[in-house]
Amino acid sequence: MPIRKVMKANEAAAWAAKLAKPKVIAAFPITPSTLVPEKISEFVADGELDAEFIKVESEHSAISACVGASAAGVRTFTATASQGLALMHEILFIAAGMRLPIVIAVGNRALSAPINIWNDWQDTISERDTGWLQFYAENNQEALDLILIAFKVAEDERVLLPAMVGFDAFILTHTVEPVEIPDQELVDEFLGEYVPKHAYLDPSKPITQGTLAFPAHYMEARYTVWEANENAKKVIDEVFAEFEKRFGRKYQKIEEYRTDDAEIIFVTMGSLAGTVKEYVDMLREKGVKVGVAKITVYRPFPTEEVRELAKKAKVLALLEKNVTFSIGGALFQDFSRALINEKEKPVIVDFILGLGGRDVTFKDLDEALGIAQKALAGEEFDEVNWIGLRKEIL
Amino acid sequence: MAESPFKAEIERVQKEYSEKMTPGAIAVIPGSSVVNKTGSWRVFMPEFNRDKCVRCYLCYIYCPEPAIYLDEENYPVFDYDYCKGCGICANECPVDAITMVREVK
Ligand code: SF4
Ligand code: SF4
Repeated sequence: MPIRKVMKANEAAAWAAKLAKPKVIAAFPITPSTLVPEKISEFVADGELDAEFIKVESEHSAISACVGASAAGVRTFTATASQGLALMHEILFIAAGMRLPIVIAVGNRALSAPINIWNDWQDTISERDTGWLQFYAENNQEALDLILIAFKVAEDERVLLPAMVGFDAFILTHTVEPVEIPDQELVDEFLGEYVPKHAYLDPSKPITQGTLAFPAHYMEARYTVWEANENAKKVIDEVFAEFEKRFGRKYQKIEEYRTDDAEIIFVTMGSLAGTVKEYVDMLREKGVKVGVAKITVYRPFPTEEVRELAKKAKVLALLEKNVTFSIGGALFQDFSRALINEKEKPVIVDFILGLGGRDVTFKDLDEALGIAQKALAGEEFDEVNWIGLRKEIL
Repeated sequence: MAESPFKAEIERVQKEYSEKMTPGAIAVIPGSSVVNKTGSWRVFMPEFNRDKCVRCYLCYIYCPEPAIYLDEENYPVFDYDYCKGCGICANECPVDAITMVREVK
Protein backbone atom coordinates (compact mmCIF):
# COMPACT_ATOMS: atom_id res chain seq x y z
CA MET A 1 0.00 0.00 0.00
CA PRO A 2 1.27 3.47 -0.77
CA ILE A 3 1.87 5.47 2.38
CA ARG A 4 0.92 9.09 2.92
CA LYS A 5 3.38 11.28 4.74
CA VAL A 6 3.43 14.97 5.46
CA MET A 7 6.56 16.40 3.90
CA LYS A 8 8.28 19.29 2.16
CA ALA A 9 8.84 19.22 -1.60
CA ASN A 10 12.56 18.81 -0.90
CA GLU A 11 11.81 15.60 0.98
CA ALA A 12 9.41 14.52 -1.73
CA ALA A 13 12.23 14.96 -4.25
CA ALA A 14 14.57 12.91 -2.08
CA TRP A 15 11.91 10.22 -1.79
CA ALA A 16 11.47 10.22 -5.55
CA ALA A 17 15.21 9.75 -5.93
CA LYS A 18 15.17 6.91 -3.41
CA LEU A 19 12.34 5.20 -5.27
CA ALA A 20 14.14 5.62 -8.61
CA LYS A 21 17.25 3.93 -7.13
CA PRO A 22 19.97 5.99 -8.78
CA LYS A 23 23.45 4.52 -8.47
CA VAL A 24 25.17 7.90 -8.15
CA ILE A 25 24.03 11.12 -6.51
CA ALA A 26 26.49 14.00 -6.57
CA ALA A 27 25.41 17.21 -4.91
CA PHE A 28 26.48 20.50 -3.42
CA PRO A 29 24.21 22.25 -0.93
CA ILE A 30 22.41 25.42 -1.95
CA THR A 31 19.36 27.17 -0.57
CA PRO A 32 16.54 26.22 -0.99
CA SER A 33 17.31 22.69 -2.20
CA THR A 34 19.94 21.69 0.40
CA LEU A 35 17.52 19.35 2.11
CA VAL A 36 17.30 17.15 -0.99
CA PRO A 37 20.87 15.81 -0.87
CA GLU A 38 20.78 15.92 2.95
CA LYS A 39 17.83 13.58 3.01
CA ILE A 40 19.38 11.38 0.32
CA SER A 41 22.63 11.15 2.29
CA GLU A 42 20.54 9.86 5.21
CA PHE A 43 18.92 7.25 3.01
CA VAL A 44 22.36 6.15 1.81
CA ALA A 45 23.87 6.19 5.32
CA ASP A 46 20.96 4.17 6.69
CA GLY A 47 21.38 1.58 3.99
CA GLU A 48 17.95 2.36 2.51
CA LEU A 49 19.44 3.41 -0.80
CA ASP A 50 22.32 1.52 -2.37
CA ALA A 51 24.09 4.37 -4.12
CA GLU A 52 27.31 6.30 -4.25
CA PHE A 53 26.77 9.70 -2.63
CA ILE A 54 29.48 12.06 -3.85
CA LYS A 55 30.13 15.21 -1.87
CA VAL A 56 31.65 17.72 -4.24
CA GLU A 57 33.02 21.25 -3.89
CA SER A 58 30.68 23.06 -6.27
CA GLU A 59 27.65 22.60 -8.49
CA HIS A 60 29.93 22.57 -11.52
CA SER A 61 31.59 19.50 -9.99
CA ALA A 62 28.25 18.00 -8.97
CA ILE A 63 26.91 17.95 -12.50
CA SER A 64 30.33 16.96 -13.88
CA ALA A 65 30.36 13.94 -11.58
CA CYS A 66 26.83 13.14 -12.74
CA VAL A 67 27.95 13.33 -16.37
CA GLY A 68 30.82 10.96 -15.60
CA ALA A 69 28.56 8.53 -13.75
CA SER A 70 25.85 8.65 -16.38
CA ALA A 71 28.42 8.17 -19.13
CA ALA A 72 29.63 5.12 -17.24
CA GLY A 73 26.09 3.81 -17.54
CA VAL A 74 24.17 4.30 -14.29
CA ARG A 75 21.07 6.23 -13.25
CA THR A 76 22.16 9.56 -11.83
CA PHE A 77 20.52 12.33 -9.82
CA THR A 78 21.32 15.69 -8.28
CA ALA A 79 19.53 18.73 -6.90
CA THR A 80 20.26 22.43 -7.05
CA ALA A 81 18.82 25.91 -7.50
CA SER A 82 19.52 29.41 -8.76
CA GLN A 83 23.25 30.27 -8.84
CA GLY A 84 24.00 26.58 -8.46
CA LEU A 85 22.14 25.76 -11.65
CA ALA A 86 23.78 28.72 -13.34
CA LEU A 87 27.18 27.36 -12.31
CA MET A 88 26.20 24.07 -13.96
CA HIS A 89 25.31 25.86 -17.19
CA GLU A 90 28.36 24.79 -19.17
CA ILE A 91 27.96 21.13 -18.23
CA LEU A 92 24.20 21.17 -18.86
CA PHE A 93 24.94 21.53 -22.56
CA ILE A 94 27.44 18.68 -22.36
CA ALA A 95 24.95 16.37 -20.62
CA ALA A 96 22.33 17.06 -23.30
CA GLY A 97 24.80 16.79 -26.18
CA MET A 98 26.11 13.50 -24.82
CA ARG A 99 22.48 12.40 -24.44
CA LEU A 100 22.82 11.42 -20.78
CA PRO A 101 19.50 10.93 -18.97
CA ILE A 102 20.47 12.68 -15.72
CA VAL A 103 17.67 14.13 -13.60
CA ILE A 104 18.02 17.31 -11.53
CA ALA A 105 15.55 18.54 -8.93
CA VAL A 106 15.56 22.33 -8.89
CA GLY A 107 14.13 24.46 -6.11
CA ASN A 108 13.19 27.37 -8.39
CA ARG A 109 14.88 30.47 -7.02
CA ALA A 110 15.74 33.99 -8.22
CA LEU A 111 19.20 34.87 -9.52
CA SER A 112 21.62 37.49 -8.16
CA ALA A 113 22.26 40.43 -8.05
CA PRO A 114 20.86 41.45 -5.63
CA ILE A 115 21.20 38.19 -3.76
CA ASN A 116 17.80 36.66 -3.25
CA ILE A 117 17.00 33.16 -2.07
CA TRP A 118 13.27 33.24 -2.73
CA ASN A 119 11.13 31.93 -5.52
CA ASP A 120 10.88 32.79 -9.15
CA TRP A 121 11.62 30.73 -12.26
CA GLN A 122 14.55 32.63 -13.68
CA ASP A 123 17.05 29.85 -12.91
CA THR A 124 15.45 27.07 -14.95
CA ILE A 125 14.03 29.43 -17.56
CA SER A 126 17.57 30.65 -18.23
CA GLU A 127 18.54 27.05 -19.05
CA ARG A 128 15.76 26.50 -21.54
CA ASP A 129 18.12 26.28 -24.50
CA THR A 130 20.46 23.67 -23.05
CA GLY A 131 18.48 20.78 -24.53
CA TRP A 132 17.21 19.59 -21.12
CA LEU A 133 13.61 18.58 -20.66
CA GLN A 134 11.80 20.80 -18.15
CA PHE A 135 8.91 19.91 -15.87
CA TYR A 136 7.27 22.23 -13.32
CA ALA A 137 5.46 21.01 -10.20
CA GLU A 138 2.43 22.72 -8.69
CA ASN A 139 2.67 20.97 -5.33
CA ASN A 140 4.79 18.51 -3.37
CA GLN A 141 3.04 15.45 -4.77
CA GLU A 142 3.82 16.65 -8.28
CA ALA A 143 7.45 17.20 -7.32
CA LEU A 144 7.70 13.51 -6.39
CA ASP A 145 5.69 12.22 -9.34
CA LEU A 146 7.37 14.39 -11.97
CA ILE A 147 10.84 13.24 -10.91
CA LEU A 148 9.80 9.62 -11.49
CA ILE A 149 8.22 10.63 -14.79
CA ALA A 150 11.33 12.61 -15.73
CA PHE A 151 13.54 9.52 -15.29
CA LYS A 152 11.20 7.43 -17.42
CA VAL A 153 11.05 9.96 -20.24
CA ALA A 154 14.75 10.83 -20.09
CA GLU A 155 15.82 7.20 -20.33
CA ASP A 156 13.49 6.33 -23.20
CA GLU A 157 15.59 5.30 -26.20
CA ARG A 158 13.72 7.75 -28.41
CA VAL A 159 14.66 10.59 -26.07
CA LEU A 160 17.90 10.07 -24.11
CA LEU A 161 18.00 13.60 -22.80
CA PRO A 162 18.56 14.93 -19.29
CA ALA A 163 15.61 16.43 -17.45
CA MET A 164 15.05 19.01 -14.72
CA VAL A 165 12.05 19.19 -12.45
CA GLY A 166 11.35 22.59 -10.91
CA PHE A 167 9.39 23.28 -7.75
CA ASP A 168 9.04 26.72 -6.21
CA ALA A 169 11.53 27.80 -3.54
CA PHE A 170 10.05 27.87 -0.03
CA ILE A 171 6.47 27.89 -1.32
CA LEU A 172 7.03 24.19 -1.99
CA THR A 173 10.59 23.31 -0.96
CA HIS A 174 9.98 24.23 2.68
CA THR A 175 6.23 23.81 3.03
CA VAL A 176 4.73 20.59 4.27
CA GLU A 177 1.85 18.89 2.49
CA PRO A 178 0.54 15.34 2.50
CA VAL A 179 2.37 13.35 -0.15
CA GLU A 180 1.60 9.83 -1.27
CA ILE A 181 4.72 7.71 -1.53
CA PRO A 182 4.09 4.99 -4.07
CA ASP A 183 5.07 1.38 -3.45
CA GLN A 184 8.63 0.53 -4.35
CA GLU A 185 7.53 -2.49 -6.42
CA LEU A 186 5.20 -0.33 -8.50
CA VAL A 187 7.94 2.20 -9.12
CA ASP A 188 10.33 -0.62 -10.04
CA GLU A 189 7.80 -1.88 -12.55
CA PHE A 190 7.20 1.61 -13.90
CA LEU A 191 10.83 2.65 -14.23
CA GLY A 192 12.64 -0.61 -14.62
CA GLU A 193 16.37 -0.75 -14.29
CA TYR A 194 18.34 1.70 -16.39
CA VAL A 195 20.15 -0.31 -19.03
CA PRO A 196 22.26 2.08 -21.08
CA LYS A 197 22.49 1.26 -24.76
CA HIS A 198 24.80 4.02 -25.89
CA ALA A 199 26.71 5.40 -22.91
CA TYR A 200 28.49 2.91 -20.71
CA LEU A 201 31.89 1.92 -19.45
CA ASP A 202 32.98 -1.49 -20.70
CA PRO A 203 36.72 -2.04 -21.00
CA SER A 204 36.14 -4.96 -23.34
CA LYS A 205 34.22 -2.71 -25.73
CA PRO A 206 35.90 0.67 -25.63
CA ILE A 207 34.14 3.78 -26.95
CA THR A 208 35.00 7.46 -26.87
CA GLN A 209 32.43 9.81 -25.31
CA GLY A 210 32.44 13.58 -25.31
CA THR A 211 34.40 13.61 -28.54
CA LEU A 212 35.47 16.47 -30.71
CA ALA A 213 33.20 17.05 -33.69
CA PHE A 214 34.50 18.84 -36.72
CA PRO A 215 32.22 21.09 -38.74
CA ALA A 216 31.33 17.99 -40.75
CA HIS A 217 29.56 16.40 -37.76
CA TYR A 218 28.71 19.06 -35.16
CA MET A 219 25.55 20.29 -36.85
CA GLU A 220 24.17 16.77 -37.18
CA ALA A 221 24.93 16.13 -33.51
CA ARG A 222 22.97 19.27 -32.56
CA TYR A 223 20.13 18.19 -34.81
CA THR A 224 19.85 14.88 -32.98
CA VAL A 225 19.29 16.84 -29.75
CA TRP A 226 16.56 18.81 -31.53
CA GLU A 227 15.03 15.58 -32.84
CA ALA A 228 15.16 13.96 -29.39
CA ASN A 229 13.32 16.98 -27.96
CA GLU A 230 10.63 16.58 -30.62
CA ASN A 231 10.39 12.82 -29.93
CA ALA A 232 10.00 13.59 -26.23
CA LYS A 233 6.57 15.16 -26.88
CA LYS A 234 5.03 11.81 -27.79
CA VAL A 235 7.01 9.89 -25.18
CA ILE A 236 5.86 12.27 -22.43
CA ASP A 237 2.21 11.66 -23.37
CA GLU A 238 2.80 7.91 -23.24
CA VAL A 239 4.58 8.09 -19.90
CA PHE A 240 1.88 10.36 -18.43
CA ALA A 241 -0.74 7.82 -19.53
CA GLU A 242 1.22 4.93 -18.04
CA PHE A 243 1.77 6.85 -14.82
CA GLU A 244 -1.96 7.51 -14.51
CA LYS A 245 -2.73 3.85 -15.10
CA ARG A 246 -0.28 2.69 -12.44
CA PHE A 247 -0.56 5.42 -9.82
CA GLY A 248 -3.91 7.04 -10.55
CA ARG A 249 -2.66 10.59 -10.88
CA LYS A 250 -3.22 12.33 -14.19
CA TYR A 251 -0.69 14.63 -15.80
CA GLN A 252 -0.83 16.65 -18.99
CA LYS A 253 1.67 18.92 -20.66
CA ILE A 254 -0.84 21.71 -20.26
CA GLU A 255 -3.46 21.14 -17.60
CA GLU A 256 -6.62 23.11 -18.14
CA TYR A 257 -8.92 24.28 -15.39
CA ARG A 258 -12.38 25.74 -16.10
CA THR A 259 -11.31 26.77 -19.59
CA ASP A 260 -14.31 25.44 -21.51
CA ASP A 261 -16.28 28.65 -21.99
CA ALA A 262 -13.55 30.99 -20.78
CA GLU A 263 -12.96 34.29 -22.50
CA ILE A 264 -9.77 34.96 -20.60
CA ILE A 265 -7.37 32.14 -19.77
CA PHE A 266 -4.58 32.72 -17.30
CA VAL A 267 -1.51 30.74 -18.27
CA THR A 268 1.04 29.96 -15.60
CA MET A 269 3.35 27.35 -14.10
CA GLY A 270 4.42 25.88 -10.77
CA SER A 271 2.73 26.66 -7.48
CA LEU A 272 1.25 29.87 -8.84
CA ALA A 273 -1.22 27.69 -10.75
CA GLY A 274 -2.76 26.69 -7.43
CA THR A 275 -3.25 30.32 -6.41
CA VAL A 276 -4.74 31.22 -9.76
CA LYS A 277 -7.15 28.25 -9.71
CA GLU A 278 -8.47 29.53 -6.39
CA TYR A 279 -8.80 33.02 -7.83
CA VAL A 280 -10.61 31.70 -10.87
CA ASP A 281 -13.06 29.79 -8.66
CA MET A 282 -13.84 33.05 -6.93
CA LEU A 283 -14.36 34.90 -10.21
CA ARG A 284 -16.54 32.12 -11.62
CA GLU A 285 -18.90 32.58 -8.70
CA LYS A 286 -19.29 36.18 -9.82
CA GLY A 287 -19.93 34.97 -13.38
CA VAL A 288 -16.62 36.08 -14.87
CA LYS A 289 -15.60 33.70 -17.65
CA VAL A 290 -12.01 32.84 -16.79
CA GLY A 291 -9.92 29.71 -16.72
CA VAL A 292 -6.40 28.52 -16.01
CA ALA A 293 -3.87 26.66 -18.11
CA LYS A 294 -0.94 25.22 -16.20
CA ILE A 295 2.25 24.46 -18.08
CA THR A 296 3.61 21.22 -16.63
CA VAL A 297 6.03 20.55 -19.47
CA TYR A 298 7.91 23.59 -20.67
CA ARG A 299 10.62 21.83 -22.70
CA PRO A 300 9.88 20.35 -25.13
CA PHE A 301 7.51 23.26 -25.61
CA PRO A 302 3.96 21.93 -26.09
CA THR A 303 3.29 23.89 -29.28
CA GLU A 304 0.32 21.77 -30.43
CA GLU A 305 -1.38 21.99 -27.06
CA VAL A 306 -0.87 25.75 -27.00
CA ARG A 307 -2.55 25.99 -30.40
CA GLU A 308 -5.50 23.99 -29.10
CA LEU A 309 -5.68 26.14 -26.00
CA ALA A 310 -5.60 29.29 -28.07
CA LYS A 311 -8.80 28.23 -29.83
CA LYS A 312 -10.66 28.34 -26.55
CA ALA A 313 -10.00 31.90 -25.42
CA LYS A 314 -10.13 35.46 -26.67
CA VAL A 315 -7.36 36.56 -24.35
CA LEU A 316 -4.41 34.60 -22.99
CA ALA A 317 -3.02 36.28 -19.88
CA LEU A 318 0.45 34.94 -19.16
CA LEU A 319 1.56 35.13 -15.54
CA GLU A 320 5.32 34.79 -15.40
CA LYS A 321 7.93 34.78 -12.66
CA ASN A 322 10.82 35.45 -15.00
CA VAL A 323 12.14 38.18 -17.26
CA THR A 324 13.39 37.90 -20.82
CA PHE A 325 14.76 41.33 -21.61
CA SER A 326 13.18 43.21 -24.50
CA ILE A 327 10.48 40.52 -24.62
CA GLY A 328 8.64 40.32 -21.30
CA GLY A 329 8.56 36.79 -19.95
CA ALA A 330 9.85 33.68 -21.69
CA LEU A 331 6.32 32.29 -22.10
CA PHE A 332 5.38 35.38 -24.07
CA GLN A 333 8.03 34.51 -26.61
CA ASP A 334 7.06 30.84 -26.71
CA PHE A 335 3.35 31.54 -27.04
CA SER A 336 3.93 34.18 -29.71
CA ARG A 337 6.01 31.71 -31.68
CA ALA A 338 3.43 28.95 -31.35
CA LEU A 339 0.62 31.19 -32.58
CA ILE A 340 2.29 33.50 -35.06
CA ASN A 341 1.11 31.68 -38.18
CA GLU A 342 -2.32 30.71 -36.89
CA LYS A 343 -5.18 32.36 -38.74
CA GLU A 344 -7.34 32.92 -35.69
CA LYS A 345 -5.48 33.77 -32.56
CA PRO A 346 -6.26 35.26 -29.20
CA VAL A 347 -4.72 38.44 -27.88
CA ILE A 348 -1.76 37.71 -25.63
CA VAL A 349 -1.06 39.90 -22.63
CA ASP A 350 2.05 39.29 -20.59
CA PHE A 351 2.42 39.82 -16.86
CA ILE A 352 5.66 39.73 -14.89
CA LEU A 353 5.03 39.21 -11.21
CA GLY A 354 6.20 37.54 -8.04
CA LEU A 355 9.91 37.95 -8.75
CA GLY A 356 12.33 37.09 -5.95
CA GLY A 357 9.63 35.73 -3.67
CA ARG A 358 7.22 38.69 -3.90
CA ASP A 359 3.80 37.38 -2.88
CA VAL A 360 1.26 37.12 -5.65
CA THR A 361 -2.00 38.24 -4.07
CA PHE A 362 -5.58 38.30 -5.36
CA LYS A 363 -5.13 42.07 -5.54
CA ASP A 364 -2.27 41.53 -8.01
CA LEU A 365 -4.39 39.12 -9.99
CA ASP A 366 -7.22 41.72 -9.99
CA GLU A 367 -4.79 44.16 -11.57
CA ALA A 368 -3.83 41.61 -14.23
CA LEU A 369 -7.48 40.75 -14.84
CA GLY A 370 -8.27 44.44 -15.33
CA ILE A 371 -5.69 44.75 -18.06
CA ALA A 372 -6.78 41.46 -19.66
CA GLN A 373 -10.39 42.72 -19.67
CA LYS A 374 -9.29 45.91 -21.41
CA ALA A 375 -7.64 43.75 -24.07
CA LEU A 376 -10.83 41.68 -24.31
CA ALA A 377 -12.89 44.84 -24.84
CA GLY A 378 -10.58 45.91 -27.66
CA GLU A 379 -9.20 48.82 -25.69
CA GLU A 380 -5.54 49.76 -25.68
CA PHE A 381 -3.30 47.75 -23.38
CA ASP A 382 0.36 47.23 -22.67
CA GLU A 383 1.75 43.96 -23.98
CA VAL A 384 4.06 43.57 -21.00
CA ASN A 385 2.96 44.53 -17.50
CA TRP A 386 4.92 44.40 -14.25
CA ILE A 387 2.36 43.59 -11.58
CA GLY A 388 2.76 44.51 -7.91
CA LEU A 389 5.68 46.81 -8.69
CA ARG A 390 6.36 49.39 -5.93
CA LYS A 391 6.55 52.33 -8.29
CA GLU A 392 6.79 54.77 -5.38
CA ILE A 393 10.36 53.68 -4.57
CA LEU A 394 11.63 53.88 -8.12
CA MET B 1 54.38 10.95 -51.20
CA ALA B 2 54.41 7.77 -49.12
CA GLU B 3 51.11 6.44 -47.91
CA SER B 4 50.10 6.68 -44.28
CA PRO B 5 50.53 3.30 -42.60
CA PHE B 6 47.00 3.77 -41.16
CA LYS B 7 45.36 4.07 -44.57
CA ALA B 8 43.32 0.87 -44.48
CA GLU B 9 42.10 1.47 -40.94
CA ILE B 10 41.31 5.09 -41.71
CA GLU B 11 39.23 4.12 -44.70
CA ARG B 12 37.36 1.44 -42.79
CA VAL B 13 36.55 3.80 -39.90
CA GLN B 14 35.65 6.65 -42.20
CA LYS B 15 33.18 4.51 -44.06
CA GLU B 16 31.53 3.13 -40.97
CA TYR B 17 31.52 6.40 -39.05
CA SER B 18 30.37 8.63 -41.84
CA GLU B 19 27.21 6.65 -42.37
CA LYS B 20 25.47 7.28 -39.08
CA MET B 21 25.51 9.68 -36.18
CA THR B 22 25.52 7.82 -32.86
CA PRO B 23 23.45 9.21 -29.96
CA GLY B 24 25.62 11.65 -28.06
CA ALA B 25 28.12 11.65 -30.94
CA ILE B 26 29.89 8.72 -29.34
CA ALA B 27 32.87 7.37 -31.24
CA VAL B 28 32.12 3.67 -31.25
CA ILE B 29 35.30 2.52 -32.95
CA PRO B 30 38.42 2.69 -30.83
CA GLY B 31 41.17 4.67 -32.46
CA SER B 32 38.78 6.60 -34.66
CA SER B 33 40.72 9.73 -33.78
CA VAL B 34 42.98 8.58 -36.61
CA VAL B 35 40.40 9.86 -39.06
CA ASN B 36 40.47 13.39 -37.68
CA LYS B 37 42.48 14.87 -40.47
CA THR B 38 43.96 17.79 -38.63
CA GLY B 39 45.57 18.83 -41.86
CA SER B 40 42.29 20.52 -42.82
CA TRP B 41 43.10 23.37 -40.40
CA ARG B 42 46.27 24.26 -42.31
CA VAL B 43 46.88 27.68 -43.83
CA PHE B 44 50.57 27.28 -44.77
CA MET B 45 52.12 24.05 -46.01
CA PRO B 46 55.74 22.90 -45.99
CA GLU B 47 57.30 22.66 -49.42
CA PHE B 48 60.23 20.25 -49.54
CA ASN B 49 63.37 20.59 -51.65
CA ARG B 50 64.93 17.16 -51.87
CA ASP B 51 68.14 18.44 -53.49
CA LYS B 52 69.03 20.58 -50.47
CA CYS B 53 68.16 17.97 -47.83
CA VAL B 54 71.07 16.46 -45.87
CA ARG B 55 68.88 13.85 -44.06
CA CYS B 56 69.65 15.11 -40.58
CA TYR B 57 66.05 14.27 -39.48
CA LEU B 58 65.61 17.36 -37.34
CA CYS B 59 62.30 17.97 -39.10
CA TYR B 60 61.27 14.38 -38.43
CA ILE B 61 62.11 14.71 -34.72
CA TYR B 62 60.54 18.13 -34.22
CA CYS B 63 57.26 17.67 -36.09
CA PRO B 64 54.62 17.78 -33.31
CA GLU B 65 51.99 15.87 -35.27
CA PRO B 66 54.02 13.69 -36.31
CA ALA B 67 53.33 14.11 -39.97
CA ILE B 68 56.74 13.32 -41.39
CA TYR B 69 57.66 9.81 -42.48
CA LEU B 70 60.84 8.61 -44.09
CA ASP B 71 60.88 7.07 -47.53
CA GLU B 72 62.97 4.11 -48.71
CA GLU B 73 65.99 6.33 -49.15
CA ASN B 74 65.40 7.93 -45.75
CA TYR B 75 64.30 11.29 -47.11
CA PRO B 76 61.44 13.00 -45.24
CA VAL B 77 57.93 12.65 -46.62
CA PHE B 78 55.12 14.97 -45.50
CA ASP B 79 51.66 13.61 -44.74
CA TYR B 80 49.41 16.50 -45.63
CA ASP B 81 46.39 14.78 -44.06
CA TYR B 82 47.90 15.55 -40.67
CA CYS B 83 50.48 18.27 -41.23
CA LYS B 84 48.88 21.32 -39.58
CA GLY B 85 51.25 23.77 -41.17
CA CYS B 86 52.91 24.95 -37.97
CA GLY B 87 56.20 25.57 -39.75
CA ILE B 88 58.39 24.02 -37.07
CA CYS B 89 60.07 21.71 -39.59
CA ALA B 90 60.96 24.64 -41.82
CA ASN B 91 62.28 26.53 -38.84
CA GLU B 92 64.43 23.63 -37.63
CA CYS B 93 65.88 22.60 -41.00
CA PRO B 94 69.54 23.70 -40.95
CA VAL B 95 69.85 23.90 -44.75
CA ASP B 96 66.53 25.57 -45.62
CA ALA B 97 65.28 22.53 -47.48
CA ILE B 98 61.75 23.30 -46.26
CA THR B 99 59.84 26.51 -47.02
CA MET B 100 56.35 27.35 -45.88
CA VAL B 101 54.02 28.41 -48.68
CA ARG B 102 50.45 29.64 -48.49
CA GLU B 103 48.12 26.82 -49.42
CA VAL B 104 45.32 27.54 -51.81
CA LYS B 105 42.60 24.93 -52.13
S1 SF4 C 1 54.59 22.14 -40.79
FE1 SF4 C 1 54.51 21.42 -38.70
S2 SF4 C 1 53.05 19.75 -38.81
FE2 SF4 C 1 53.65 20.15 -40.89
S3 SF4 C 1 55.31 18.74 -41.27
FE3 SF4 C 1 56.24 20.67 -40.57
S4 SF4 C 1 56.47 20.42 -38.39
FE4 SF4 C 1 55.06 18.83 -39.04
S1 SF4 D 1 65.63 19.09 -41.30
FE1 SF4 D 1 65.98 19.70 -43.40
S2 SF4 D 1 67.88 18.68 -43.92
FE2 SF4 D 1 67.17 17.71 -42.06
S3 SF4 D 1 66.04 15.95 -42.85
FE3 SF4 D 1 64.57 17.60 -42.57
S4 SF4 D 1 64.48 18.56 -44.57
FE4 SF4 D 1 66.28 17.31 -44.55
